[in-house]
Amino acid sequence: MNLDLSRRDVLKIAGYGSLAAFIAACGGNTNTTTSGITAKGGSMSLGSYNTDPGNKKGTQALVDAFSSANGGTKVKINTVDHGTFQNQISSYLQGTPEDAFTWFSGHRMRFFASKGLATPIDDVWDAVKSNYTEGFAASVKGDDGHVYAVPTDYYPWAVFYRKDVFAAHGYTVPTNWDAFKALCVQMKKDGLIPIAMADKDGWPAQGTFDIINLRLNGYDFHTELLTGKQPWTDPRVTAVYKKWSEITQYYSPALSGLTWQQGADQLLRKQAGMYLLGLFVSDEFKASGSPADLDQLDFFPFPDLGTQYDAEKALDAPIDVYMLTKKSPTLSADLGQAKAFMEFVSKGSTQVLYWQNAPGSIPTASDADKSQYPALTAKAVQIVSSAKRITQYFDRDSRPDFSGPNGMQGFLLKFLANPSQDTTSLQGEMKAFWDSLPPE
Amino acid sequence: MANPTTSQAPARTKAPEAGALVTTRRKRRYTLLTRQDKLLILMMVGVPLALDLLLIWGPTLASVVLSFTNWDGIGPVTGNNIVGLKNYQFLFTGYTLFWPAFSHNLIWLAWLTFIATPLGMFLAVLLDREMRGTRIYQSVFFLPVVLSLVVVGFIWELQYAPNDGFINNVFGLVKSGKLIDWLGNPRINLFAILVAASWRHVGYIMILYLAGLKSVDPSLREAARVDGATQVQTFFHVVLPVMAPINVIIVVVTAIEALRAFDIAFIINQGKNGLELLSILIYNNSLSEASLVGFGSAIAVVLLVISLGPIILFLSRTMKTLA
Repeated sequence: MNLDLSRRDVLKIAGYGSLAAFIAACGGNTNTTTSGITAKGGSMSLGSYNTDPGNKKGTQALVDAFSSANGGTKVKINTVDHGTFQNQISSYLQGTPEDAFTWFSGHRMRFFASKGLATPIDDVWDAVKSNYTEGFAASVKGDDGHVYAVPTDYYPWAVFYRKDVFAAHGYTVPTNWDAFKALCVQMKKDGLIPIAMADKDGWPAQGTFDIINLRLNGYDFHTELLTGKQPWTDPRVTAVYKKWSEITQYYSPALSGLTWQQGADQLLRKQAGMYLLGLFVSDEFKASGSPADLDQLDFFPFPDLGTQYDAEKALDAPIDVYMLTKKSPTLSADLGQAKAFMEFVSKGSTQVLYWQNAPGSIPTASDADKSQYPALTAKAVQIVSSAKRITQYFDRDSRPDFSGPNGMQGFLLKFLANPSQDTTSLQGEMKAFWDSLPPE
Repeated sequence: MANPTTSQAPARTKAPEAGALVTTRRKRRYTLLTRQDKLLILMMVGVPLALDLLLIWGPTLASVVLSFTNWDGIGPVTGNNIVGLKNYQFLFTGYTLFWPAFSHNLIWLAWLTFIATPLGMFLAVLLDREMRGTRIYQSVFFLPVVLSLVVVGFIWELQYAPNDGFINNVFGLVKSGKLIDWLGNPRINLFAILVAASWRHVGYIMILYLAGLKSVDPSLREAARVDGATQVQTFFHVVLPVMAPINVIIVVVTAIEALRAFDIAFIINQGKNGLELLSILIYNNSLSEASLVGFGSAIAVVLLVISLGPIILFLSRTMKTLA
């Protein structure tokens, strides 16, 4: 109650600022209260897919901070269920969307940018780019070379384990494939499920495909394969499935009926030894309510496979972004505010505010205060910064129709149902499916 | 219906003068309808017809047109988008999911027709016998019907979950380590969700059929009993023929339920890995992020053609009963 009041007071004070802005706006220039591209006061709207409790709270905290810092700009947030938002993105962006929206980098960003459904923000980027590393800068560029998004958080994919389980059995972290397999054998002997795999939703298995392909065939081949420049019938893809089939016997039983949360539960309850997933697995540990469990969570990068590409240390580290729509009816009036918002979310201090509510999302800005990171986050930052190549995850690097439930998700489930099969015909299906897709 | 102006029969018998007057004066084709009647009919037929054309046949025809394009749902449809029969060609020859989805719909139809619907009818017959506690049984069997299939999906997902699910635990499969992956194994997951769908469908059919049974004239059964017919004979030779209109509705409802099956499979795993259905292919191709609107429309047209079968059956039977 008290907090709310103080926020209102801030808004009230800020209101005078926006009044000034309004008077200035009547003069025919919306940007007069600030220099350059941004505007204070006024209003803007935001379409958000952050529906999980922590993420939603984080978004609200971020927006409140923006309002008070930007002369009381009124921000209308429209929060839509994550899956629904994703499924309806195409009609959303073509209809009457909000000014700004939450989205993903990678192919999914470039696709809508190239369709003319996003507003380029090169001017904002020029002002904030010194706060970002090369990798992040590359992730927000559209096909036309313009910048369409501001990266705000990311999370790496790695092999998660419990420190106490490893200590109790005297396991050591494997750094190469043979050690990894030997560890699986030992875990099985010790009555553990060596590797938790939970692929009911279809996308978790894509993470394993990504990392094996990256280690075995390198970043360039992986991105070319996912964008159709290499055929799915390539023998290098066959090699990925062959390699993969060496560890599938160590997976959770009934894996195609388990959700990723149930997989995380196996790790949490010490039933499974390892789990290849994104850092968001920590959210499940946090939700268990016992901080001791979260303290035990640790991870290591996927083991080397003994190829030249091990040196790339490539991994999936999907980046979440904010973008500006094109068809928002209010955007022309709110452009200054929306750009101010984009500038605001690029600040490390803003991103930390969000991260405090959603610890699975690491700030992207270089000036984020890293001193408050717990060991797990610090380690995540470290393995991402030491990676020479970063991918966005299968379903962000490839076409959504190809990676979706009736595409690659289904194919990988088919593979996992019988991993020892000759994958020739399955790869033929993948290629035929890719070839059947209309040009983008 | 009570209003004489909306009912044609009384108008025909009670106001012939008006019509006769019109014919004699103008030497026109004989008509029993006054101008007001005509206007009323025009309104009553015209407005629903216009809405039907606008809201149902418009989009339907649009789908048919879109099925010849490769439109991605963004921007206008232009001449460049037209690809002829390519979508259909790929659908029938290249798309590996079409025939599985088609056969899953057929299995769904067969399951409902031969297992769930007869079970619902059987329950209705049992409950019609005025046994003790019939109200309670009715409520119990009918309860799932008020739940949406999405909720039914959630409920059964919990029952079927491999490790924490009720079924694997109650049969001791978790303890013995022989987990059955009810929803993940493509050989059995379709039947697993058919059980869930039937849980609801049985109650639905039961209540429909029960309503029909209540309207059967008791004297027919009495007559049958006097003639020495057994219970089974009475049902198959007396009650069932009398129930013909209800039977048609039951058949059509069953067929429609099978064709529009979507929610449960979608909730379980977005319709992949053995749960592909035509409706889900339409959704995943054209309405989701994939935006293959043209290809999705082609599947929709195929489903439309299939659906016309039961619709025509239903309409022709209804027309016959009315005539």
